[in-house]
Amino acid sequence: MRFRLIKNVIKQGFQGMWRNRGMGVASISSISAVLMILGVVLILILSINALVIDTQGKFDEIELFLYDDVTDEQLTAIEDMIRSKEGVLSILYKSKEQALDSYKEQWGDEGYLLDGLEEDNPLPNSYTIQLKDISFADIIVDEARTMDGVEKINYHKEVIDKLMVFANYIRIGGMIIIAALVSVSIFIISNTIKLTVSSRSREINIMKYVGATNGYIKGPFVIEGLLFGLIGSGLSIAVVYYGYGYFFDSVNENLYSLFTIMLVPPNVILTDLSIIFVAIGTGIGAIGSLVSMKRFLNV
Amino acid sequence: MIKLMNVSKEYDNGVKALSSINLEIHKGEFVFLVGSSGAGKSTLIKLLLKEEEPTDGSIYLKGMDITDVRDRRIPNIRRNIGVVFQDFRLLHNKTVYENVAFAMEILGTHPKEIRRRVPMILSMVDLSRKASHFPDQLSGGEHQRVSIARAIVNNPPVLIADEPTGNLDPETAWEIMKVLTDINNRGTTILMATHAKDIVDVMKKRVIAIENGVLVRDEEKGGYGREIQAH
Repeated sequence: MRFRLIKNVIKQGFQGMWRNRGMGVASISSISAVLMILGVVLILILSINALVIDTQGKFDEIELFLYDDVTDEQLTAIEDMIRSKEGVLSILYKSKEQALDSYKEQWGDEGYLLDGLEEDNPLPNSYTIQLKDISFADIIVDEARTMDGVEKINYHKEVIDKLMVFANYIRIGGMIIIAALVSVSIFIISNTIKLTVSSRSREINIMKYVGATNGYIKGPFVIEGLLFGLIGSGLSIAVVYYGYGYFFDSVNENLYSLFTIMLVPPNVILTDLSIIFVAIGTGIGAIGSLVSMKRFLNV
Repeated sequence: MIKLMNVSKEYDNGVKALSSINLEIHKGEFVFLVGSSGAGKSTLIKLLLKEEEPTDGSIYLKGMDITDVRDRRIPNIRRNIGVVFQDFRLLHNKTVYENVAFAMEILGTHPKEIRRRVPMILSMVDLSRKASHFPDQLSGGEHQRVSIARAIVNNPPVLIADEPTGNLDPETAWEIMKVLTDINNRGTTILMATHAKDIVDVMKKRVIAIENGVLVRDEEKGGYGREIQAH
């Protein structure tokens, strides 16, 4: 008997959706619109996250520049200090000569321009410390500053910190926009479904008097809302995925290499995007229809 | 079957619709509920259907206290009471058969049982030939017979009829009374609110009269009474 009731409810939900397809177009478009904007915000957030992680990876080293007259004892002391610290992956000592060589290598064909600098090499001796993560840097840097032989320290914690703050603003701003859009669309859906509910208020009234449970009465409308949400999310997944894919490809083609590093590839986000869209789309549909039912159930 | 003890109802706006009603209706009885408009008949029916809560007193249905029940249980209570309204309340996009079957579907009745029971009930109210008609193709009396069929198809022990003949001409009204009498003879308890003086006078059933929220008369084989203005 339970099973038959559930089957009835689902059947009526599908019928209701078909009968109200005009209204459905309105519901589906508003859900789709919200989800598409959500998609853009989401991609923005993901890209910025990727940028932060990428940057953190790139800036996970400290460069210690040393005075030219640094002694071997000082060098050992610095090296021991660094080795005793947590989060250090490797230490690379680079002498003035090695530094110059690697510059020459980097410059390639123009390397000859650096010829002649051997006599009066302006490049310092240095340590390059590879860290697990930039957060380990502060302790090392603070101690290194006090040590003899250290001239200058280069690391990019400020850059990362600023980037994180910026990323957080984007995240919070994105969430606020999404929350506002979701509530607006729940309002739109509930009003749309309210029209179909009120056109069936007679039926609902009769059902109440014959002893139908609230669940049985609500069920079809909730399913109708769910289906609207499902279609809306399907549409917007397609639009966002292909739209973004097209954008991504055209940006890549033009070789704005700096820009492409920031963008997440479309196929990476497809699964997450689909899950989020379907969850929010059906959620909006179901909640919207429940909200719209409330008034009609008080008999 | 139905028992009211000291039942009072005062609406939120201060209108006192019923005061200290004591009433007992036994299984298989046919009871007329009479009184002028606004006397409290509708309120009494709403209390039985759990559409309204009494301010005071207790209501029993089949020996069960239904005075204070949770909203979740109201559907269960309503399944014990069939209701017929003056305005029929049929679904216009469904045929006669579907209108009656609808009441069984929403309770999850087996389709086989629905196919067996609906034609039986339709023949009881003499509508077998109109099973596939839509309400718009029916006369007023036929409308009301469909709504009676729907009310009794789930076999409720009690049938409440709220002015079932109010929109019908006298001849058709008697048709409906015949159907109701048949149903009553099969054991269903019937409570019928009405203004139809001639019907009450001829039927010689128990009459309960309410005036200004007070039960003023309860007599076996009574008449409509002089003190009430018919409409």
